[in-house]
Amino acid sequence: MSRHRMRRRQGKNCCMLRDVKQGRRAKILCHHAKGAVRQRLLDLGFVPQTEIQVLRRAPLGDPIECCVANYKVALRNSEADLIEVECEE
Amino acid sequence: MTSDPEFSRKQLLVGLAGQQNAGKSTTFNMLTGANQHIANYPGVTVDKKSGTYRYKDVRVETVDLPGTYSLTSFSLEERVTRDFLITEKPDVIVNVVDASSLKRSLYFTFQVLEMGFPVVVSLNMMDVAKRNGTHVDISRLEHRLGVNVIPTVGRKGRGKTELRDAILDTAKRSEHNALCITYEELEPDVAALQAMLEDTDLVESYPVRWLAVKLIEGDSEAERIVRSKLGEGCDVLAKAKQIHIRFAENHYMDVADFMVGCRDRLATDIVETCVTEEKDGRDRITEMIDKVVLNRWAAPVFLIATVFVIYQLSIVKGYELTNYWWPYLAKLRGFVAGILPDAGLLIDPYIRSMGLWMMDSANALLNYIPIFLILFSLIAILEDSGYMARIAFILDKLFHSFGLHGQSTLPYILGGVFAGGCAVPGVMSTKGIPDEQSRMATILTVPYMNCLAKIPFYTLLINVFFAPYKSWAMLFLSTITIFVALLVARLLTATVLKSLETAPFVMELPKYHPPTIFGVGQRAIERTWQYIKKVGTIVVAVSVCVFTLLQFPGVPEEKMTDFQSQMDKAVATFQKKIQKSIYADQFQDQASLVSLINLYNDFKNERMTIKGKDASLALAERYRQNHPDLFKFIKPGKDKDAKIINKAARKLVSKRKTLRRQMKEVQISTSFLGMVGRSLEPVTQWAGFNWKINVAILSSFAARESSVATIGVLYQQGADESKSLEERMGAEASQGGFTPLHALAIMVFFALYPPCLATTIMIKVQTGSYKWMLFSIIFPTTLGFIVASLIYTGGSALNLTGIQMMGVFYCSVVVLAIVTGLFKSWKRKPGPLADLRQEMAPD
Repeated sequence: MSRHRMRRRQGKNCCMLRDVKQGRRAKILCHHAKGAVRQRLLDLGFVPQTEIQVLRRAPLGDPIECCVANYKVALRNSEADLIEVECEE
Repeated sequence: MTSDPEFSRKQLLVGLAGQQNAGKSTTFNMLTGANQHIANYPGVTVDKKSGTYRYKDVRVETVDLPGTYSLTSFSLEERVTRDFLITEKPDVIVNVVDASSLKRSLYFTFQVLEMGFPVVVSLNMMDVAKRNGTHVDISRLEHRLGVNVIPTVGRKGRGKTELRDAILDTAKRSEHNALCITYEELEPDVAALQAMLEDTDLVESYPVRWLAVKLIEGDSEAERIVRSKLGEGCDVLAKAKQIHIRFAENHYMDVADFMVGCRDRLATDIVETCVTEEKDGRDRITEMIDKVVLNRWAAPVFLIATVFVIYQLSIVKGYELTNYWWPYLAKLRGFVAGILPDAGLLIDPYIRSMGLWMMDSANALLNYIPIFLILFSLIAILEDSGYMARIAFILDKLFHSFGLHGQSTLPYILGGVFAGGCAVPGVMSTKGIPDEQSRMATILTVPYMNCLAKIPFYTLLINVFFAPYKSWAMLFLSTITIFVALLVARLLTATVLKSLETAPFVMELPKYHPPTIFGVGQRAIERTWQYIKKVGTIVVAVSVCVFTLLQFPGVPEEKMTDFQSQMDKAVATFQKKIQKSIYADQFQDQASLVSLINLYNDFKNERMTIKGKDASLALAERYRQNHPDLFKFIKPGKDKDAKIINKAARKLVSKRKTLRRQMKEVQISTSFLGMVGRSLEPVTQWAGFNWKINVAILSSFAARESSVATIGVLYQQGADESKSLEERMGAEASQGGFTPLHALAIMVFFALYPPCLATTIMIKVQTGSYKWMLFSIIFPTTLGFIVASLIYTGGSALNLTGIQMMGVFYCSVVVLAIVTGLFKSWKRKPGPLADLRQEMAPD
């Protein structure tokens, strides 16, 4: 059961994907987005419990390049703001 | 799986479903061949492509469903696909899957399987997968999914028979044991809800397990279905809600997230057992390249270098190539001229002038083919190598602050950011932009780019009015258009496009791989072909309309008699002069005279198209043989009597040329288009346009090229002294008080002026509405006119010269663009985050 148990959002490691530093790995906890945006993120592999690595930011600071499910995806800060993750130690 | 011996169906309905870019269209073409037709789904503007084929005595109707990532109800395409599946109940679903990204494709496959349809998986793009080092174990995948899996390469037509066989087999089968997606600890709840649904009427028209799953997930469409059949507040809905809440309480997790997780784990499991990835080090290479190319400081350098190389190779080198290409087009024109009825002395048969006019309009465009081939090849290399996605990544922030999208880069480059391009392929390539609002904004602003056809007109005006500042003026024109396009995009997305759907920017950055010659060549030729088709159809058709408008009602009677008498006088002079010659008898009737003049012109024209002494000697020999009795008057050699005729004939030809030009000018100014141009003068005077410019602008709607041709006819005084068009325009301009300020207003208007007809038609195709097509014509015209008036009237009031006004205008646009771009955070702030926490974790 505990496998799916989501850690309560109180640990200091929980943050939004936007705030994850370059090169760090994290695990997706949940989406704050609703409807179409959420569905699109899920379709593209941003599935809860998946591991994600922030590779770099674009030269102008937005979008962010991530590695998720073995392929590279770019997403904007505004979407990264809606994905809650847990940083690895 | 058993075969039904009683199978006697003669007709099958097959739905072709899959995610975008999985190669659905190529698979569809492969299956159905040329036998297709396109209609609309009832009530919506989504294309419904269907086609039929006959195979083993069975007529198979195939419907190409819209490409969607999933079968939820968030977008129009998804709803259309889902409604089709539920209402039409196809006999077989062919799920087209991109073999190179199997895992994500499986999400979709699961949804189709969950709906209980007999499925055939067409594992497409096997060649790409192989090149990427991905190996798929087909039989194991078949075993896991419980359906037929057929490897195909739709582009090359590989796997066609196997796929057709599999479709028939699947349709014949009466039992299926396809994979059932299970939801771990949620399974009892799903089963319970399913049992409840089985007792209702819904069981007849809907797959109940699918309905149960969707209800638990909270899918609005499924809820609507249940509500409409069972009424508000029925047990089923209450039960679903209860499951939803209980799960969230027990697991601190949204039940939908959990279900997605289940599917994801299943997909991961299948991929792990069926797919082996060869580690070819491309991951490492990609990362290494990206480290340099996407580096904060190096990225802009690489980007600018890329654009520079494209410009140098396609525009600069491509123009050089057109020198070699043009003679062929000129030969084609000569050939057409030869077929058409011969020219008259003063008036040509309509069919001849119209044929040549069409030919000239087409040639002006076809001349650019070498440029487009190079340009489109380079762009295809950028796309196939994976760098195009990086460009979108780098520039997204910039574009996004004006309401556009990172993927607007490709349409803009094709449209000719500063290098010169064509808006037709530009508008076409907006298809890939997932965000509807940005896509529309891109479609409506691509025409502002500097299409190749605008450039001759710019060059003409710059050479006449801004000769000392040539390079500055060119820089001004090539960059101002980008700033204007960005500002317009911003304006449109904040107003008329505001209500359109936006989508998150989530874009895959593919691994780099060397592009193949086949792939690049195919795409370059395909895009160039679109361009040629445009020339062959729309432009030629419209050129006929413009021709008619310029030709009629024709030269007034009294002017005509005047021209005629002048011509008669010239002929009389000719006759007098040749009396001494022994050949004088040959030219007593008009017909022989005309044929001499025509032969003279033909020979002269043809000689212009060839180079080198040998070639011209050969040409002369050919003419001598074909016209033994007339050619001696064209090349008299030592024959004194022939020389007399030759001299007189040359005079006559030149007189005829002048008369015909004057006649044409009268004709244009009295033509319908000329009348419209004149009647617009009171309004356009605010922008400084006289009627000649108005006519040029109106005629350029057919294709921009024609503007220079029209201006060429209108400014033809002094053309006989072989002055260039530049000099003629300059001379007349200085008399008529035409200043650089006028020219600036015209150039800016031309830059903002509506897209040519071919582009507007492409806009209709891409937006699916005449409303937007009309908008794309009216809005830029109004905007262009207002801006041009501001420049001309404002510049005159402030007493600024053309070049000063150019500077002022440029600075104000750039400042405006920067201010708009920097201020106002574009996106709405994300919704309140607290909601979910309260919902999920009630403390």
